[in-house]
Amino acid sequence: MQLKNKGTVATALAGAACALLGSPAAQAEEEMLKDWQFDTAILYYGETDRVSLAEGVINATKTNDDDSIFNVKLVLDTLTGASANGAVAQPYAQTFSRPSGKDGYVVKAGETPLDDTFRDTRVQVSSSWMQPFADTWRATGAVNVSNEYDYMSLGLSGLLEKDLFMRNTTLSAGLSFQFDSIDPVGGTPGALTSMLTPTYIGDDNEEGEDEFEWDDDYEEGDNKTGSESKTTTDLLVGVTQVINRRMLMQFNYGLSVVDGYMTDPYKLLSVVDNAGITQDVVYEGRPDSRTKHSFFVQTKYALDSGVVDVSYRYATDDWEIDSHTIDSRFRFNLGDNNYIQPHLRYYQQSAAEFYRPFLNQADPLPMYASADYRVGEMTAYTLGLKYGHKMENGHEWAVRAEYYQQDPKNAGFDEPGVLADLDLYPSVKAVILQFNYHF
Amino acid sequence: MAANQANTGSAASTAELPVSVQPRDGFMLGTFEAMASPCEILIETTDSELARRITRMACNEAKRIEHKYSRYRPDSVISAINNSQGQPVNIDQETLRLLSFANTCYQLSDGMFDITSGVLGKVWHFDGSDRLPDKADIDAVLSLIGWHRVALSPQTVTLPAGMQLDVGGIGKEYAVDCVAALVSEQVPEVSVVVNFGGDIQVSRRRLNDQPWYIGIENPLKEEQGETLVKIYQGGLATSGDARRYLLHNGKRYSHILNPNTGYPIELPPRSVTVAAESCTQAGLLATLAMLQGQNAEGFLTEQGLTHWVYR
Repeated sequence: MQLKNKGTVATALAGAACALLGSPAAQAEEEMLKDWQFDTAILYYGETDRVSLAEGVINATKTNDDDSIFNVKLVLDTLTGASANGAVAQPYAQTFSRPSGKDGYVVKAGETPLDDTFRDTRVQVSSSWMQPFADTWRATGAVNVSNEYDYMSLGLSGLLEKDLFMRNTTLSAGLSFQFDSIDPVGGTPGALTSMLTPTYIGDDNEEGEDEFEWDDDYEEGDNKTGSESKTTTDLLVGVTQVINRRMLMQFNYGLSVVDGYMTDPYKLLSVVDNAGITQDVVYEGRPDSRTKHSFFVQTKYALDSGVVDVSYRYATDDWEIDSHTIDSRFRFNLGDNNYIQPHLRYYQQSAAEFYRPFLNQADPLPMYASADYRVGEMTAYTLGLKYGHKMENGHEWAVRAEYYQQDPKNAGFDEPGVLADLDLYPSVKAVILQFNYHF
Repeated sequence: MAANQANTGSAASTAELPVSVQPRDGFMLGTFEAMASPCEILIETTDSELARRITRMACNEAKRIEHKYSRYRPDSVISAINNSQGQPVNIDQETLRLLSFANTCYQLSDGMFDITSGVLGKVWHFDGSDRLPDKADIDAVLSLIGWHRVALSPQTVTLPAGMQLDVGGIGKEYAVDCVAALVSEQVPEVSVVVNFGGDIQVSRRRLNDQPWYIGIENPLKEEQGETLVKIYQGGLATSGDARRYLLHNGKRYSHILNPNTGYPIELPPRSVTVAAESCTQAGLLATLAMLQGQNAEGFLTEQGLTHWVYR
């Protein structure tokens, strides 16, 4: 039998069925559901005495008639505040130069040195297209661009998914490339070269501002070079399996290979003597390649009136940072239009092999070293609660409040002299507030 | 006809409908029997009173359509047309829409889907035996088939004497869609699945965009277990019944008959399930796929439809 109008029978029938059901309203609703959907969010992240970040997100998604999905997302964030510069606290006040090399700042005795120069605005635009084909396949292509004062990032990625066994199993494979370039304020310092420190003169001027004086032979930026870059290649394979009516499981393996400049040009290390007194301050330096493997398993379980979502991630890399993450969300529906969702996350990582809280003057200078607490041994946890409400018009809003605490640990380093009495591993505490609106 | 419509418009009084409502995993399940099929209503609520009200409303609507369009009921619209002896019969808007839909299906399928072909059932008995009908009997019945001989106007339908209409091929799916539309209108905020023996329509998406999980007819159920389908919105329908066939000289004759030849379609799948925007559309597409025989999968893929085919 040859059907007329091959490829359009389904379309013709859709129209005929609509006429039969005499329901243009239902059709209109269907059209609307398949049209644009918007998610907007504003987020505030604030660390006690340190960095705070305000972020706005607009995410627009359009589902087309062939079930392909177009998505575009715009993120704008501004960062202000102070961040640990990597040097250790000392029993006396310390002076550091700002990254620009034109100014300095003073850190009080006993306090963890924080660089309060951070002030940046980041704009990120990303877009993706998901196309279903041949009934059980889906292909997704995505691009993203992000730009801030000293940093630029460009990414391209592709994902292929295949449904199997009556669509109860989905296999996925993805590949992505990312190019990042950094043009540090004041230039890129050489790894483990000394930071040229000015002398603090005082604040006896009209504005009461701190004033600094540099050595006569100091030339701004003479120990620094221009911009640097890195490339990241990520490979991901995964399986998603419907276990039963209530349960879904997902397994992923990810391989990430990074080549290029991964040093944080604004981070420092103190070089101390046997008494723990700083003799020199040097810029950090990290290896220029990193290979990371990650394993991820997630279970979602539907309750009578809610959802349990628990995941575990194990990651290991050739910097010897091994990490474990347990993330869990429990959603409880309160009636048909409200829900609350507690969130609990625990994170633990071991220190990178080149992590040093400080360097000993007596030891030979290592090839790589960083005192950045983010590559040190630490545990962190997040406690949060989200409340969501669906309004009469179908729009949804949600508020989320979370507490985050990061506890760096001593990864087995002796603390000579005065360092033993100082807090070298202060905790970072932060609150996160978010408001979402979906329409 | 006016009298008929008065009768068919009112089913048994709502309070007496034999419906049952039970809590399930995160929803309420309402059940009743209609159209010779077990009917299920899955309701995303914890409110059993609301669930009972929706189930009764669904049962009421299903019985209304069954009474109006069953060819086995002497007081149905279809019986009135079948007994009209070639005289025009007045029809209401709903019947006009249903027959117009049947007309579209006939045109789209080059006559393979024909609501006058039910008479072939008088000569073919799919009881698993090896008894084939006589060629002469088939030819005699073929002379009584052909939708193009039926005159349909906005007010009347005229069926040549001796011919019969049977809307069984679309009635259940139509009822499913009517119930879903009624639910959408009456309780627009609640997601409801209407499932009449595997013909399914979701009234609206669930809260939180969770899918409904629904078991579909699978002739290989005993070997492979029930096939579980994830459905967010839209309709689903299944065509096929592995138990209805004839075996003659080693050849298996399916119950899917070709109204042009009077003989069964060769090599049809044992079952076809199709997902589409509405249950009626899905049901027709499943039937059209069956009529394609060996090429059922090719047809469905070409139409870009989500489908499940068992051979």
